[in-house]
Amino acid sequence: MAFTAMVGARIRRREDPRLITGRATYVDDVRQVGTVYAAFVRSPYGHAKITSIDTSAAKGDPHVLAVYTGEDLHHAHNLKASLPVAHKMPDLKTPPHYVLALDEVRVIGEAVAIVVADSPYTARDAAEKVVVEYDELPAVVDTEKAAAGPPYVHESLGTNVAFTMPFSAGDPDKAFAEADVVVKQRIVNQRVAPVPIEPRSMVANYDAGMQQLTLYSATQIPHLLRTQLAIVLGLPENKIRAIAPEVGGGFGAKLNVYAEEVVVSWVAMQLERPVKYIETRSECFQAMIHGRDQIDDLEIAAKNDGTITGLRLKITANMGAYHQLLTPVVPTLTLLMAHGCYKFENIQAEVVGVFTNTMSTDAYRGAGRPEATFFIERAIDMVAQRLKLDPADVRRKNFIANSAFPHTTATGLTYDSGDYETTMDKALALADYTGLRKRQEELRKQGRYLGIGLSTYVEVCGMGPSAAMPAAGWDSATIRIEPTGSITVLTGVSPHGQGQETTFAQIVADELGVPIDQISVIHGDTDKVQYGVGTFGSRGTAVGGAALKLAIDTIQAKAIKIAAHQWEANPDDLEYRDGKIQVKGDPSKTMSTPEAGFLAFMGDNLPPGLEPGLDATRRFEPPNFVFPFGTHICVVEVDAQSGQVEVVKYFAVDDCGRLINPMIAGGQVHGGIAQGLSQALFEEVVYDDRGQLLTGTLMDYAIPHAEQVPHYELDHTVTPTTVNPLGIKGIGEAGTIGSTPAVANAVIDALAPFGVVHIDMPLKPEKLWAAMQAKPTNGSVQ
Amino acid sequence: MIPAAFDYVRATSVEDAIRLLEQHGDDAKLLAGGHSLIPMMKLRLAAPAVLIDIAGIPQLDGIRVSGNRVTIGALTKHAALAASDDLRKNAGALYDAANDLGDPQVRNRGTIGGASAHGDPSADYPAVLQALEATFTLTGKSGRRELRAADFFRGMFDTALDPHEVLTQIAFDAAPNSAYVKFHHPASHYAVVGVAAALTLSGGKIGSARVAITGIGDSAFRASGVEAALQGVTASDEAAVRAACAGAARGVTARSDTFASASYRTAMADVFAARAVTRAASSR
Ligand SMILES: Cc1cc2nc3c(=O)[nH]c(=O)nc-3n(C[C@H](O)[C@H](O)[C@H](O)COP(=O)(O)OP(=O)(O)OC[C@H]3O[C@@H](n4cnc5c(N)ncnc54)[C@H](O)[C@@H]3O)c2cc1C
Repeated sequence: MAFTAMVGARIRRREDPRLITGRATYVDDVRQVGTVYAAFVRSPYGHAKITSIDTSAAKGDPHVLAVYTGEDLHHAHNLKASLPVAHKMPDLKTPPHYVLALDEVRVIGEAVAIVVADSPYTARDAAEKVVVEYDELPAVVDTEKAAAGPPYVHESLGTNVAFTMPFSAGDPDKAFAEADVVVKQRIVNQRVAPVPIEPRSMVANYDAGMQQLTLYSATQIPHLLRTQLAIVLGLPENKIRAIAPEVGGGFGAKLNVYAEEVVVSWVAMQLERPVKYIETRSECFQAMIHGRDQIDDLEIAAKNDGTITGLRLKITANMGAYHQLLTPVVPTLTLLMAHGCYKFENIQAEVVGVFTNTMSTDAYRGAGRPEATFFIERAIDMVAQRLKLDPADVRRKNFIANSAFPHTTATGLTYDSGDYETTMDKALALADYTGLRKRQEELRKQGRYLGIGLSTYVEVCGMGPSAAMPAAGWDSATIRIEPTGSITVLTGVSPHGQGQETTFAQIVADELGVPIDQISVIHGDTDKVQYGVGTFGSRGTAVGGAALKLAIDTIQAKAIKIAAHQWEANPDDLEYRDGKIQVKGDPSKTMSTPEAGFLAFMGDNLPPGLEPGLDATRRFEPPNFVFPFGTHICVVEVDAQSGQVEVVKYFAVDDCGRLINPMIAGGQVHGGIAQGLSQALFEEVVYDDRGQLLTGTLMDYAIPHAEQVPHYELDHTVTPTTVNPLGIKGIGEAGTIGSTPAVANAVIDALAPFGVVHIDMPLKPEKLWAAMQAKPTNGSVQ
Repeated sequence: MIPAAFDYVRATSVEDAIRLLEQHGDDAKLLAGGHSLIPMMKLRLAAPAVLIDIAGIPQLDGIRVSGNRVTIGALTKHAALAASDDLRKNAGALYDAANDLGDPQVRNRGTIGGASAHGDPSADYPAVLQALEATFTLTGKSGRRELRAADFFRGMFDTALDPHEVLTQIAFDAAPNSAYVKFHHPASHYAVVGVAAALTLSGGKIGSARVAITGIGDSAFRASGVEAALQGVTASDEAAVRAACAGAARGVTARSDTFASASYRTAMADVFAARAVTRAASSR
């Protein structure tokens, strides 16, 4: 068999045939004998005291096995634990977050009781028979109002402010005093809903004989979920098995430990029956975490030539009613990335986290970095507009120079590698930027409004060094050479759409010289796979793939010892070349990895002192984050009569270091752009003043249909990192981070002749139409 | 997403459906394509005790053109309307609307009768069928009656159908110069504003115009002021058409939602009315 390089090839995803032919197993496909079904009774109020709960009618229903309230769990059963929040903030206020509400509800959709019945239908019917009486309390949903004073979401705290974090670097006062221009803008980064196709789904079973709890859950983090279940339920961790089968989209929303996961597990233990709960879309809108929701007040100081000298920033972040797993961490990431790919040194900032009567915000694709990229990329455009400079030139002027890497930023991160200018130039050429600007000018004369938006982003991912993470940041991989030559890979990351069953097999195929169909990649089951941290923060390949590379190194070293013993050679004289073992520089005699594996299995002809078997488990502790970057260019036309936006063209040149599979990387970029573009144009979670959710269905909350997204023209540059042995960076979130500002900048650029400087997202037709009622000028502003 | 329990019966004919409606009383609902009723049941906004499935009744399906008259069975699916060459030539407005409604799944199940009987204030056909001045045939125990579109659509989710009647067919005169244009809600893809226009033209000038608008008020309505103003306007004169379409929703109480305010909806009525007229005037 001729050796062909797999890494770098556009191999089709091996997981897709089962996914697209309906042969995959999602949580709802898990069928177990005797399964019963849960339904939750949820708060219809944004804020209320629970005055009474009458479960008698539901309990009297012959289809019902059990009904439990918060009171039952807390008092009768002593399940007092609060849901976890991972953070390293000394002054964070952490009010209790019980799995079923006790006395008070603080957000619409908060779970008040659980009903278990013999079918999903009877469970839902019985849930309607639980009579809960409430005394509605004043609610607060506006972040700034909540920060200012009562009503309080948690009365006992006497404040809605969960934390404040001041920050200063350089000499911002001097930068502002000496500035030629100062641009000030309040930018609202609106609340959005993750909307995975598969909502939260779980089935728990308790094997009383083995005293083992098994929880199948649509989660991104089976091991962390197991650990937290052990703590909350007070069970030995080795008696819990968490399984993430196929997961239908996570986007960070399944990087969590949800009340429902705890309650359903606990109920399964009480009933000793499998208990299944698949939430409805309406529940998903209410009770799955939301993303973004920040108010970013910024002031940016610049010189007349476009050099940016300083930033003042106040980030007011809506936490929602309770902390979920990473709620307070998200806005701190915004601060860390506040200066994007630019080199200014003077920053004064404050982050304020605020409780409101809304669903918790948490990590949603990009988690804190999209917010930073959004305001800094908007700010650059505003500086360009004010100074009548080309936005591309202002970016060029302020980029961190290639010679400056690794570059330590004012916020204390060390950017690993970058080449921002080359990537931008490639995107400008791909888009024919000069031609576009000419066309824009011509069309404006005809009363047509073309807009061109740039976004030159950098983001922090490959989460991350354990010291810088709220919990462990490493990950793990095991490789086993099976006696008959196939290879089993167990990865601690828990991919759910990112394609590592393919990309990890590509890496192993090249390094260990085995056809890809001999390699199987297993993940997502805590009883099969060694502890791993999971998939989020674009870490799967940058951390989990790096651990895999370490395991390959260990396998190769041992296989070389085995070959050396057979050949009576010195191991130091042997090498792996094209996936096989040979004497250095001499391909005439080779040994394959499976051959070495078979010898290791037989065990009767091994070098003295060498253990039999050919397998390895390794862990990679990343010494730093990685910092992928790129340039996105969006071209829109805004209809002056209606304000409707047509996305005419979209170009993205991304750099995530070495590419293992350009097709899969491109797929991540496609999905990312769709989500980021959608935030710019369509999405917004809206609560009314009493905390009622006004956008609780897909009839009101817009996620794009196929015809609402453009064709994407993609390219890339390759600037490897030295942070991991593969030279790769993450690409899972880059598309989302890069696209939102590109689209918003394009729309606002289209409206420049109307004197528009900024409009908050979503850039709905009505807002644009209203702005276009002004008399257009030749394009010069203010 | 999980409806309350209900019984299901299948009607074999219109008479059978009427008999079943009488038998089961007010708790019964007819089921055609199910694409409005079942979503409401899943959200528990509707909880009929009995569904009477009329989808299998053969006589109610199909498009017939005879002379100048177009007759459409109430169970004709959106997809059939969207694929009909007869309709493209004879009733461009309905053809446009059927092609721009929902997605393939919705078009393959939903029916023109259901879409009319539901009375949704953001649905497309109520505007189209008013601009076409369609006649609705309603069949009940005591026989049939015919209603003009303007009398059929009464208000939000409200039509002239009696609880024990079946809408059996919809008919109208051919309107070769007709069109429908729509401003889609980005989430539901229903009409934020939808305008149907049917014109008669002679020598490039508009003779008579019928313009109906959906999405704005509690129910679709005829823009009579616009209709009058369009008379005699040169159809290719965009500025004149726009001027005639000003104030298209005057006097109508417009709705607001998280996507579009009442005043914006009202302003868009003018814009989309002009576009509908321009499209209706262009040959297909
Ligand atoms: C995702 C989605 C998108 C959609 N988008 C659009 C859109 O863009 N524009 C639009 O206009 N519509 C849209 N619809 C609605 C669609 O057109 C439905 O098909 C239509 O509203 C109902 O028709 P149906 O045959 O499905 O009726 P059903 O849902 O079966 O019935 C609706 C109501 O009409 C009654 N009914 C049905 N047939 C008769 C009859 N012959 N006589 C008396 N009463 C009857 C029923 O009892 C019920 O009350 C959408 C629907 C969905 C699910």
